[in-house]
Amino acid sequence: MELVLTSLLFFALIATAIAIALVRRLFAVVMLAGVFSLLAAMLFVLMDAVDVAFTEAAVGAGISTVLMLGTIALTARSEKQPSSYSLVPLVIVVLTGLVLIYGTLDMPNFGAPDAPVQQHVGPDYIRKTPQDIHVPNVVTAVLASYRGYDTLGETTVVFTAGLGVILLISGLGRRPRRRKRGDD
Amino acid sequence: MFSFISLLIFLCMAILMVRLFAGPTLYDRVLALNTFGSCTVLLIGTVGFLAGRPDFLDIALLYALINFVGTIAVLKFFRYRRLGDAVEDADSIMAPEPEEPAK
Repeated sequence: MELVLTSLLFFALIATAIAIALVRRLFAVVMLAGVFSLLAAMLFVLMDAVDVAFTEAAVGAGISTVLMLGTIALTARSEKQPSSYSLVPLVIVVLTGLVLIYGTLDMPNFGAPDAPVQQHVGPDYIRKTPQDIHVPNVVTAVLASYRGYDTLGETTVVFTAGLGVILLISGLGRRPRRRKRGDD
Repeated sequence: MFSFISLLIFLCMAILMVRLFAGPTLYDRVLALNTFGSCTVLLIGTVGFLAGRPDFLDIALLYALINFVGTIAVLKFFRYRRLGDAVEDADSIMAPEPEEPAK
């Protein structure tokens, strides 16, 4: 049943991507991008990556919808009709996709317990974390203690990026009015 | 039972995607996106029970909150035509421009 649901969600994802490429009205594209993110988040939930799914839904369907709407407010509302169509990008994308699919053929099955990624250092962390860190959740222990400085750096980067975006949006909104006042 | 329900929810999502793609007005699309988010919440809950682990219900609740905030943001955009400083802008539209103080 999960396989059926996963394939249906993948087909819906492909249909959404084609629709995003075809539609020229940018409001519709923003809404379809939100749907794309929600579908991807549901696929992540089906693969048991709930935290990734939550990030995808919060960033993809939440904040980037708002940011793209703000961009539309500052620029144009509909995409220009392209003057000429070229097949080269499509061929390159299809070839890259085929190479990537060929690359997955050698990988272990999804969720296989004997995959190399599950054998290397994972068992050590699972065994030692309760004694070393005294935190029952291994993921939390890795993020907040083993990789604490890394997480601090990431938080700083995200905070700086948010500040920059806020300054950009508010500054661009105010500049035309000030110029008008100077002309008077 | 749960698999039948999840297939029905997916059918709803397919119909909503048709409306998103073809919807003549913008409000059709906003409403379709909001309903799509609600369908996502329902599907996550159903899939949790289908897999025998209803722990994902908290995540489904958070999705509902994100969906609500996103819809509010889109509708605020339609109302004010901008997102950053909407309140200040509404004031400047309503009130006359203040005079420069004389020096």
